[in-house]
Amino acid sequence: MADPMKIRAQMKGDVAEVRILMGHAMETGQRKDAAGKAIPAHFIQSMTVDVGGKRVVDGQIGTSVSRNPVFGFKVKGAKAGDKVVVSWVDNKGDKRTDEAAVA
Amino acid sequence: MEMNVTRRTVLRGAGSLGALSALIMAGVLKPTAAYAADWNKAAFEAKDTAGALKGLGAATTADSNDLMLKVPDIAENGAVVPVDVISKIPNTSSIAILVEKNPQPLCAQFDFANGAVAEVSARLKMGQTSLVKAIAKADGKFYTAQKEVKVTVGGCGG
Repeated sequence: MADPMKIRAQMKGDVAEVRILMGHAMETGQRKDAAGKAIPAHFIQSMTVDVGGKRVVDGQIGTSVSRNPVFGFKVKGAKAGDKVVVSWVDNKGDKRTDEAAVA
Repeated sequence: MEMNVTRRTVLRGAGSLGALSALIMAGVLKPTAAYAADWNKAAFEAKDTAGALKGLGAATTADSNDLMLKVPDIAENGAVVPVDVISKIPNTSSIAILVEKNPQPLCAQFDFANGAVAEVSARLKMGQTSLVKAIAKADGKFYTAQKEVKVTVGGCGG
């Protein structure tokens, strides 16, 4: 199981700022190990963000995203206390879902 | 037909990228695995920007000043290049980010709904100095903005 995500969601005016840090190697499949063998690709392929029970962001990700990806989004119409649910699935079928509340 | 297309992709992958093909192969052999069903394979595995755009359905794009792309001029570390994309284009429904010279240029694509503001920040890997491109989709049309980032240490080698 992958490491828990760090999710921070904070109201700034009428917009909730959501920042997400995902713990993932995001291996591109291009690198080689010390023995010269290619390291297989292992990366997050899709992610979703729900705020207050509604899907706000539906994202797809490739290998060019950095290791331990960080994403920032803004959501209008959210309010303090709304539940933020973030999920991802990687190319090996590993998945992770974490929650936070808008502060 | 569907199967054939997949097979062909696997074969093509085997020619160029051994590791990736092994991975795809595993996927073919285990179709029940919890893959991201909607992952746009054609776009993400495209080896050039044109192919990635085609995969996104964005064969024709227009430059727009309402699409802002914030990237550093010089990235000291290509493994972590911060990127902000902000679209002021009305009805922007989706934003994609590409690094032209990466082996697979398409980095990410986000669809927005239910009050999500059409802007995103992310961190990208860049193998070398390259143009970074943002693509916004609004009312079925595609808009672009691009900027060059100079990379002093690559993020894709090993």
